[in-house]
Amino acid sequence: MLDLRLPIGWLFIIFGTMLVIFGYANPVVTPVGESSINLNITWGSVMGLFGLIMCLLTKTNKDSTG
Amino acid sequence: MNIGVLDYSIIGIYFVFVLGIGYALKKQMVHSEDFFLSGRSIPSWITGLAFISANLGAIEVMGMAANGAEYGIMTTHFYWVGAIPAMVFLAVFMMPFYYSSRIRSVPEYLKLRFNEPTRAFNAVSFAVMTVLMSGINMYAMALVFKLLLNWSMTASILVSAAVVLAYTILGGLTSSIYNEVLQFFLVLFGLLPLPLIALANIGGWDTMMQKLPPGFGHMWAQTATANNPMGVDWIGIVSGLGFVLSFGYWCTDFLVIQRAFAAKNLNAAQRTPLIAAFPKVFFPAITILPGMLALLVIPELGSNTTNYSYNMTMPLLLSKYYPTGMLGIGLTAMMASFMSGMAGNITAFNTVWTYDIYQSYIAPNKSDDHYLWIGRAATAIGIIVSVLTAYLVMGFPSIMDYMQMIFSFFNAPLFATFLLGMFWKRATPWAAFWGLVCGTFAAIIHWYITYAGYHSYPSVMAGNFWRSTYAWLVCFVITVVLSFFTKQKPLEELKGLVWGLTDPAIVEVLPWYKKPKILAAIVLVATIALNIVFW
Repeated sequence: MLDLRLPIGWLFIIFGTMLVIFGYANPVVTPVGESSINLNITWGSVMGLFGLIMCLLTKTNKDSTG
Repeated sequence: MNIGVLDYSIIGIYFVFVLGIGYALKKQMVHSEDFFLSGRSIPSWITGLAFISANLGAIEVMGMAANGAEYGIMTTHFYWVGAIPAMVFLAVFMMPFYYSSRIRSVPEYLKLRFNEPTRAFNAVSFAVMTVLMSGINMYAMALVFKLLLNWSMTASILVSAAVVLAYTILGGLTSSIYNEVLQFFLVLFGLLPLPLIALANIGGWDTMMQKLPPGFGHMWAQTATANNPMGVDWIGIVSGLGFVLSFGYWCTDFLVIQRAFAAKNLNAAQRTPLIAAFPKVFFPAITILPGMLALLVIPELGSNTTNYSYNMTMPLLLSKYYPTGMLGIGLTAMMASFMSGMAGNITAFNTVWTYDIYQSYIAPNKSDDHYLWIGRAATAIGIIVSVLTAYLVMGFPSIMDYMQMIFSFFNAPLFATFLLGMFWKRATPWAAFWGLVCGTFAAIIHWYITYAGYHSYPSVMAGNFWRSTYAWLVCFVITVVLSFFTKQKPLEELKGLVWGLTDPAIVEVLPWYKKPKILAAIVLVATIALNIVFW
């Protein structure tokens, strides 16, 4: 059976990478309180990292029966 | 709104993954049980997240944000009173009967416990309910896409219907469940930044509370009377929502219970609603809180124009805070929630239609391949009918009112039938049948009395809660009374179906974090604590 962590991981890696690249190419900032952030870069990195963890989990734990 | 190529690309990639999962699972759909019940082989973390995600449709994402803006923290009653206790009850007390009796659907339990007519009545009413509910998600999707992408309502409805049709027809329940888990993470990551950004911009929690209307910061403090934002007193909340509607939905609705049936053993099935309960406890942070914040950051919200109605709270927040890129993620998250809600209803519909109506009454004793084919055909028909019901929903002022009305007709009386069926061996087949029929009709009559103006409530929500209570009471009382005058089923036939007539379960040695009762205790303590904190 398909290990679900793999498609989830890849989708988040792709989305995260797209957001980070676009964030660098078009640096739009979102005000957050008294400072501001480039939301695409910040949240894209978080999503990419989550995707990476999901993919790595398939390597470290072959049995996804949890 | 500025939708860029990147946003469209994100939506497109999401579609590719969703359909890819359906395609990858297609070759494993050999028998009808693979298609309808995932061969009872799915790990509990997946069934648990699918359990919560099948319910994470338009109502939760759009409806709860809208209610957050209208009623404030009182909306958390739908979670911390109206969901968690019922999910725990299902896991600890009801799942052993459901899973161990090896039934394939909720109506099938009614056949074993009571009789064919009770099952038939429930199967037909459930099939009607699922397609009525499925239309909500299509309508909500069309509403969002019309506002944000300027697509026509019909185009949006047809695109969403085609994608859900493709992946559920290819991979059946497994495909639906797998995609629901993917959709769960997308919704979480797509919506989480919204309350964080909006709260920081407002100046934090305390500033938000000072600026919101009085009564928006408490769950219970102003419920001694109905003079509160929701227009319901604590009795109405506890009886209508906390007991009848909540237990009726979470403990008997096959849409969510089907996810637990796909689990690989009883313990995994019991853990399914409990694993779902943990994220559910914290969901108000990404559904209700954005609604409360929206009231402060979008001054036009709640005005009578369609674009600024409460239902549009979430899309309006997305367009206010997300730049191109994140906007695509946010839109994909909303689309994911609508599709998971729709697919959940459709997979429940095709199973009940095939097993409980077609195989039972129209064409028994056919080959397994035949029922597999019928299941796929039912998926297509269910989606086509859902498209039609999407237009029906358009006629209702609020999708939440529409949903609660449907639940009060079907789920509220059904919970009385199940409660008596599982915990009182004296309940007889014909008493259950007439109790269920009378309860359903009591709800319809009550709705008509309110609709025609013979009686009114402080709010539509209050009417829904009280209608559910009356429907449940009618079903309960009639079933109990008639049980003393009609013939009981022999006790041998009730083994494994009723409390007190079950064989002692084989005790499995499990680590503490896999024990249902320990998980249930933790989630209940967390829920009680939140009720006290936001009293």
